[in-house]
Amino acid sequence: MSNTTTEAELPLAPDDAAAERLSTAPVESEGPTGIGMFGWARWMWRQLTSMRVALILLFLLSLAAIPGSLIPQYQNGQGQLKVEAWKAQHTTVAPIYEKLQLFDVYSSVWFSAIYILLFVSLAGCIVPRTWQFVGVLRAQPPAAPRNLTRMPVYAAWRTEADADAVNAAAHRLLRKRRFRANLSGGAVAAEKGYLREVGNLLFHMSLFALLGGFAWASLASGTGGKLMVEGEGYSNTITQLDDFNGTRFYGSDDLDPFFLKLDGFTAKFQDKGDQIGAARQFTANVEYAKGEDTSRLTKGTIEVNHPLEIGGSKVFLIGHGYAPVITVTNAKGEVVYHGATPFLPQDSNLTSTGVVKVSDYGDKDGAKTQMGFSGFFLPTAPLSFEGTGPVSLFPGDAAPELVLNAFAGDLGTDSGLPQNIYQLNTRKLTQLTQDGQPAKARLKPGQAWALPDGYGSVTFDGYKQWASFNVSHRPGNSIALAGAVLAILGLIGSLFVQRRRIWVRAVALPGGGTQVELAGLARSESAKIAEELAELAVDLQDDAPASEDEDDAEDPAADGPAADDPAPEAAAASDTPAEPAVPADQNSKE
Amino acid sequence: MHLASGVDPQLADLSNKLIYSAMVVYTIAMFAHMFEWTFGSKGAVAVRSTAQSGSLAETVAAAETKGAKRVTVTVAGAGGGTTTLTRTALAGEGATVVTSGRGADEVDGPGAAGNSQRADLAGRIAVSLTVLGALLHAGGIVTRGLSVSRWPWGNMYEFSCAFAFAMTAAYLVLLASKKNVRWLGLPVVLAGLLTLGIATTVLYTDSEQLVPALHSPWLAIHVSTAIFCGGAFYAAFIATLLYLGKDAFDKRIAAGLTTGPLGTPASIWRRLPAASTFDKLSYRINALVFPLWTFTIIAGAIWAEAAWGKYWEWDPKETWSFITWVAYACYLHARATAGWKGRKAAYLALAAFACWLFNYYGVNIFVTGKHSYAGI
Ligand code: HEM
Repeated sequence: MSNTTTEAELPLAPDDAAAERLSTAPVESEGPTGIGMFGWARWMWRQLTSMRVALILLFLLSLAAIPGSLIPQYQNGQGQLKVEAWKAQHTTVAPIYEKLQLFDVYSSVWFSAIYILLFVSLAGCIVPRTWQFVGVLRAQPPAAPRNLTRMPVYAAWRTEADADAVNAAAHRLLRKRRFRANLSGGAVAAEKGYLREVGNLLFHMSLFALLGGFAWASLASGTGGKLMVEGEGYSNTITQLDDFNGTRFYGSDDLDPFFLKLDGFTAKFQDKGDQIGAARQFTANVEYAKGEDTSRLTKGTIEVNHPLEIGGSKVFLIGHGYAPVITVTNAKGEVVYHGATPFLPQDSNLTSTGVVKVSDYGDKDGAKTQMGFSGFFLPTAPLSFEGTGPVSLFPGDAAPELVLNAFAGDLGTDSGLPQNIYQLNTRKLTQLTQDGQPAKARLKPGQAWALPDGYGSVTFDGYKQWASFNVSHRPGNSIALAGAVLAILGLIGSLFVQRRRIWVRAVALPGGGTQVELAGLARSESAKIAEELAELAVDLQDDAPASEDEDDAEDPAADGPAADDPAPEAAAASDTPAEPAVPADQNSKE
Repeated sequence: MHLASGVDPQLADLSNKLIYSAMVVYTIAMFAHMFEWTFGSKGAVAVRSTAQSGSLAETVAAAETKGAKRVTVTVAGAGGGTTTLTRTALAGEGATVVTSGRGADEVDGPGAAGNSQRADLAGRIAVSLTVLGALLHAGGIVTRGLSVSRWPWGNMYEFSCAFAFAMTAAYLVLLASKKNVRWLGLPVVLAGLLTLGIATTVLYTDSEQLVPALHSPWLAIHVSTAIFCGGAFYAAFIATLLYLGKDAFDKRIAAGLTTGPLGTPASIWRRLPAASTFDKLSYRINALVFPLWTFTIIAGAIWAEAAWGKYWEWDPKETWSFITWVAYACYLHARATAGWKGRKAAYLALAAFACWLFNYYGVNIFVTGKHSYAGI
């Protein structure tokens, strides 16, 4: 592999220190130096901030991330339910997993420990590197090493031109190639590609911005959920939200004030082929107002990839379903319940379940009664439930039906305890019967069911759709985004820019004529430093033409390792016979 | 009832036929490459390709011209050997000839055909067939997109078709830009066939519209870059494997053995480029792709923010993209750290690619997360 050298590999002579450290990567230290606690602490800090430990920590980070992708996590969407289900299935290992925080990998102690160490290491690495780099920028490019033949890329020839003129020409040419060049002591020292280091530092620093954005989001964000039937609206307060999860700096008092109303909802589904039933479009048409004033509403739409931004919150569409409109009339003919009742989807064809609770049914024979109904809404009902039970065949409303059971007795709502509005507590309820069988009805829109035992009637008036929304306040996104963009820019600089040094030295030879030597050092693997040096040399020959006799001086047999190469070796080899053009041990690996 | 269709069944059908035809043509190309390797095995001892010695002769001739400016640069090789690079500028014509001569341990082999004319012909036929296959393949992807009037990457079948195409196209572009990469032909065609084979059998789904979660311009951005990265990582993976093979071969030869690793014939390895060429190639591809992969993940996070309200939720797909990213970062760090070059870094590159493969096939098929779409 040509010209792949790092300072760590080059056993450079002390006077070649100039050629050293093209990267500000930390130098690996051998063992504890100094005495006592302080020495050890310093050694440990050196270790922590070494590239080798960074490598190990990175490796550990990727390993540690794996279990969380295979075991259900609390913090994922619907994670809670999945974790509970998983625990129920694996009762023996679940407690161990719980102890090891395997259901909460990404906020677990061990995962946090790895990335915190990594970032400490990163900080310990970046800060000195930045200072060092500032120093590099303020100083001149390091002076030419005494022995240029030891550099990985080297060329030389003899010319009749004046040495000072050649050095000056080289200085000018390097400047033209936008190198930082310095002519002093009879040699030119030049360096280019500082953007590589800038990019590298920028990249590593922007990782802190990313982490900061993450941290802020997890400390100051909050999400609430709200389900609305078409036509309904709500004010964004803790009492009107269905649920709310706050964080340290964003509690229920900080909710952004706004009003939101669902005007209508459209859903479209694939109706043929092997993806039948797959969703194709969901659109919620809404009206909203910022702040407390709800007199003037703005229209808007919310779709799956298009949340609505109101104030500091974003409203996301996360679910939808059907809400049958049901009317319950009591024995006296009074309407005791009327409304659209959201039913919750149970499968991808939107077989939905729901309940109706009538807490003030009135009395039949003078006694106070409550009634409850539970049942299914099927957007596309099959002709018969035989064998399958009440299951919808398609998520669109092709043949909607409502299936109901009726209960009478005590709903348990008077106890004062909060109740799930989607579940019926049947402990103190008795199911109505008809002909000795549980009373049951299949209703199409518009149909009514006369309840047995003179309990009045239930009418399925029709149905609406409902949509559920996630109201999310997440600051820190722009910081994370800025960090991400800077990280990419930094990476591009770090990986695509080549940092390299070139030295040119022209010296008058005792016997007349001038010896021109060029050498280069690049700190990256894909550097084209040899090509660049050759181009520069050819350009320089305008000012320093090679001596005529040089061709004759060359001896093809001296080509050494490249013996099968008819192209001649560096002419310099014959001029400085004591030193091989490139010492063979220079790049010894490992 | 609300319906959504908008699928042109004729175009969808044409798309399938084109993909199958492409597979047939690739298969024939694969056989042609195999002939190339077999015919080329005779008399192919490490000799320079004719093209290379031609340009050397030119340089020598140019150097004879009086007034020509010429410089020879000596480059220290990693193995301790040296390499030279000669640049000659012809006076008055502004033309330059660049030649490289390399140390004995760093000579690139002459390619699959060796110096056999028959093998060279087979290789040329193989390349032509690959071009034809790629055209049919592209037709299949375009008609698939047209049949539903959207970007043709909405499910794994479509990703795989596009991904196999990205790989083949990258190879053909390298060939067209006169890079010496015909030796890549057989592995690329094989990998393409394997990907398409899995796509058409295991992953196939009919051409349909997208689920609402995929209705986003980010589909074009995030998924295209992901597909491109996949194709490039795959190519780098092939180069890494070949590096390990060639390196093992060199060591075996140095130890006096006569065959390559796993008893493979020496003539195959002799015709391949030098280990350092493979190593450099795989590093260059991986380093080139890493920023793009970073971008892909960030684009995905932005999309997730728009679709689900949180840009990062440690969904299995996100998690494995992150793991893959960190694994490649590990590899890049390893290359920059002393003592980790060569084989050790290559093993890290293989591990990183394994993460990528698992993220693609494993996560989509075995792990359920939010990244599950129609079919698979
Ligand atoms: C947070 C996790 C980290 C990530 C994702 C990361 C990523 C990267 C990447 C992708 C490169 C490649 C650029 C190149 O090859 O030039 C790089 C280079 C580098 N990293 Fe990191 N890094 C991380 C942490 C660290 C730490 C903790 C250190 C210090 C101990 C460090 C020191 C370096 C150095 C010195 C280079 C440049 C090597 C050179 O000069 O080429 N990095 N890093």
